[in-house]
Amino acid sequence: MEEEKEINYSERVKEFFKDNRVELYDKLKIIHRNGQVIKGVLLPRPDIGDPDVLILKLDNGYNIGIHLDNIVSVKVLGHLEAAPLVKIRKTYKVRKKSLVYFLGTGGTIASRIDYKTGAVYPFFTAEEIYSMFPELEDIAFIKAESLFSIFSEDMKPSYWSIIAEKVADIFKKEEPKGVVIAHGTDTMGFTAAAMAFALRRLPGPVILVGAQRSSDRPSTDAAFNVIAATITALDAPFGESVVVMHGSTSDSYCYVHRGVKVRKCHTSRRDAFRSINDIPLARIDYPNSFILLNERYLARSKEGIILENKFDPKVFLLKFYPGMPGEYLDLLIDKGVHGIVLEGTGLGHVSENLLKPLKRAYDEKIPVVMTSQCIWGRINMNVYRRGRELLKVGVISGEDMVPETALVKLSWLLGKNLDYKEIREAIHANIVNEINPRSEHRSYPSL
Amino acid sequence: MNMKVNYKEIGLMVGLEIHQMLNTKSKLFCECPTLLRTDNPHFHFLRKLRPTRSELGEMDPAALFEFKKGVSYRYEGYEDGICLVEMDEEPPHDLNREALEIALMISLMLKSMPVDELHVMRKIVIDGSNTTGFQRTALLAIGGEIYVEGKKIPIQTVCLEEDAARKIDEDKKRKEVVYRLDRMSIPLIEIATAPVINTPEEAERVAFKIGQLLRISGRVKRGLGTIRQDLNVSVKNGARIEIKGVQELGLISKIVEFEVVRQLKLLEIKDKLEKRGVRKEMIKNDFVDVSEIFVDTKSKIARRVLSRGGIALAVKLPGFAGLIGYELQSGRRLGTEFSDRAKYWADVGGIFHSDELPSYGITLDVVNKIKQRLNCDVNDAFVLIFEEKEKAVKALNAVIERAKEALDGVPEETRGANPDGTTHFLRPMPGKARMYPETDIKPIRITKEFLDELQRRLPEPPEAKYEKMIKIYKLSSEMARKMIESYHLDLFERIVEKLNVTPSIVASFLENTLVNLRREGFPVSNLSDEKIFLMFELLSRNIIAKEALPTLAEYLSKNPGVPVDKAVEELGLRTLGMEEVNSIIDKAIKNNISLIRERGERAIGPIMGIVMREVRGKVDGKLVSELVKDKINKILMQGK
Repeated sequence: MEEEKEINYSERVKEFFKDNRVELYDKLKIIHRNGQVIKGVLLPRPDIGDPDVLILKLDNGYNIGIHLDNIVSVKVLGHLEAAPLVKIRKTYKVRKKSLVYFLGTGGTIASRIDYKTGAVYPFFTAEEIYSMFPELEDIAFIKAESLFSIFSEDMKPSYWSIIAEKVADIFKKEEPKGVVIAHGTDTMGFTAAAMAFALRRLPGPVILVGAQRSSDRPSTDAAFNVIAATITALDAPFGESVVVMHGSTSDSYCYVHRGVKVRKCHTSRRDAFRSINDIPLARIDYPNSFILLNERYLARSKEGIILENKFDPKVFLLKFYPGMPGEYLDLLIDKGVHGIVLEGTGLGHVSENLLKPLKRAYDEKIPVVMTSQCIWGRINMNVYRRGRELLKVGVISGEDMVPETALVKLSWLLGKNLDYKEIREAIHANIVNEINPRSEHRSYPSL
Repeated sequence: MNMKVNYKEIGLMVGLEIHQMLNTKSKLFCECPTLLRTDNPHFHFLRKLRPTRSELGEMDPAALFEFKKGVSYRYEGYEDGICLVEMDEEPPHDLNREALEIALMISLMLKSMPVDELHVMRKIVIDGSNTTGFQRTALLAIGGEIYVEGKKIPIQTVCLEEDAARKIDEDKKRKEVVYRLDRMSIPLIEIATAPVINTPEEAERVAFKIGQLLRISGRVKRGLGTIRQDLNVSVKNGARIEIKGVQELGLISKIVEFEVVRQLKLLEIKDKLEKRGVRKEMIKNDFVDVSEIFVDTKSKIARRVLSRGGIALAVKLPGFAGLIGYELQSGRRLGTEFSDRAKYWADVGGIFHSDELPSYGITLDVVNKIKQRLNCDVNDAFVLIFEEKEKAVKALNAVIERAKEALDGVPEETRGANPDGTTHFLRPMPGKARMYPETDIKPIRITKEFLDELQRRLPEPPEAKYEKMIKIYKLSSEMARKMIESYHLDLFERIVEKLNVTPSIVASFLENTLVNLRREGFPVSNLSDEKIFLMFELLSRNIIAKEALPTLAEYLSKNPGVPVDKAVEELGLRTLGMEEVNSIIDKAIKNNISLIRERGERAIGPIMGIVMREVRGKVDGKLVSELVKDKINKILMQGK
């Protein structure tokens, strides 16, 4: 038996397996201490629970756990050929010519259950996508490849660079109507912002899509999200980095959020993503009608993509809280941080004791950008005295950018090797509509 | 449908699956209350469910069929009763410990062996009755037994699972099914017996016995819909038929009886077909458009469908003449089974077959013309449908499938119970349950210490309870039997253990008074356990008399919003003080003194009547009677 698979069983259990020549996926007949006879297939253990308990799958499909101490005897009746990956349909009919290119990075959307073991496996080929969402056969010609298979919380700036380069390459070589990136939802907003800065003059949209309910469950939101993303790739007039996810708890419509203005605002709901200080670019009504909602967009460009995909990872997002010691900020500077985004209170404030270390950052030409922990609304450091004091020590207003976008933007600007003054100017400059000059009444949700 | 059946000879085997709601404070995987509601829902949302691929990489055909119909599910919820967990918008919380405890207790009562570690599974069900598309269920215990009239009935498994949502409505035009979420995820215990039951009556007795045991636990919900039985019925050469959702215990023996008859008659049909030399390959989907025969028809449905561009489509069923109309169960024929299938697979209104024609405005002439068109022989039958073409083809394909199955005898399928004990086709027998682990919930270790503690807290077995009813509570043997079989058993025990009241009064109220009131049409379900308990508390403190109980119960059932003490005030049921009683009696005596002098002791009766008219329900009648006798006797003594 392979060592790694049984690793979650205790040494005692492994001894027992060895003594009785038992292997994983063997069909066992166990005599229980109280006389009960139990027949079932031995499964690997998940990494939680009591490692002395054997997990058996019974004929009726149920899994149960039986403690080693309760087993009087065991007999191997046979072996179940573990076929961890399900076979998929090899043929599919494509009725449309328009190409949409899918890139996999991991996450809930690109996973599939192995019904025998309950393990979840990533998937990502065109065959698998068609097989999972057969409606796509009527919508688009799909090509797909998997770039990574990682949890979205393990995403990092160097991966953003790889994705951006790949997308630019695909647009050049394959000329798809759009590129759909399957991504875990947790850090999807960061990646969407990164794509927005790294890829400009796009010939079509770069669409990040995910699922809040994994695609192995009947109630998954993945299917409609993927279909809506594909529709966006085909029908959108814009060439921007966007996020396409459910717009409500119902399977009724999806929103297309601007990548630099979107934020995951709920831990678990299907409609977790919200456009912040902006309205969504478009809506897709079930099953496939595209409705443009926002006229302020960057149109598909034919002038050739600008790829600037370097990001500086040495940036820090610091959330201020009452009583925060100033030396923590000093520590960051001591550690050689290249730039800081502050999540201040209200209109953009921090406590008085931070003024001194902030002045030090200014003197050392470390850009500090102010955003608000209110999430909604705009920074204005002219209203109160503290704001004016912050401006005096060089803190730069992040305008109405969400903190995450400000962080990605700062990381990107630092990656371009700009000097301090240029960075200050570029933070204020509106590069890809990451700043909305008008704060609209309707862009703040009411209960 | 009287058919004398020797159940032993035909090899009847019945197994039961009993689903009982547990009376927990909250649902199985969240903190929402376990209340069934009738008020208007506060919000709703719309979902689609998709078939997921099976182990073989293909979609389950039945599931795929449902999905292709394009059905949406509308779920209704309450802000104060449904949270994101039931909406499938938040992962499940930890499994309800109270439910686990009750279910384990019941397992121990059944002598079933709890597993050492509980694994919650997802069982795929995509008819919309679960927002997730699966039911969460866990196998809690294996084995066990109960004895019914000396016969051992083995228990196979005990599971703890979440209940499904309640279907409220189905809008075929909008392809929308409406479910309400109040019932979804209420904890259920599922008890499956081995298929060792051999007669319809025995099936009912076993169900009753398990139900009694559940009630004795004192921790299950009561009332209609809180317990549901599924029956697995088969006879020799027949097939295993699963009959779902039997809510009334009294219907079980009837359903089994009728199902046996159905299977036997289907086997008869099979024999007849074989004798006529019919083989499966002779039943072909050679559908013929016979619309032109209906040009001048009087049949309303034919005219309506044809004028809308639909067609009349017919198919020959060789050798089926006289058999389609053969009655299987009261009012249900082989033709009904054809029609059930056509309705299920093609969503049509119904079909016509030659055994029931001429009728419905279709004349003999038309029937003969169709037979001619289809080249029907004497023994051949036909099925006819008026529909738009695509649906008509689908419907007849379903009929052809079922007709072929007639040559197998009894097709395996899941059937639903009708209120009269007959059954209807519900859906094809699901393939092996598709189950996989609920990865959002940690496995739960069930320790020996925990089980030992539960074992100590197990309720007494029914026999011990019965003894106690007689010896300690002094109930009559008849009342004692009623009580241990009662849904009110736990309430009875709570009242007599906590309050100083005569147990026979409590038992009589719960088993006689309430039943009478229900028969008279009072909504006694409005009387919560708490209210009944309060009534007896007032009785124990002598604030009301036992005679006041029926009046109070009537009033409270009709006025569920009124608190018990307020009702007592409003009805003027508060017990009178001795002073008041004495003065009422004295007044009555004074007003009728001549009568007393005249009749002597025989005046006691009429005087009692006068007094009781004023004090009934407010004081113990026995006491009044003693006082009246006493006082009149005194007067008579004085007179001497």
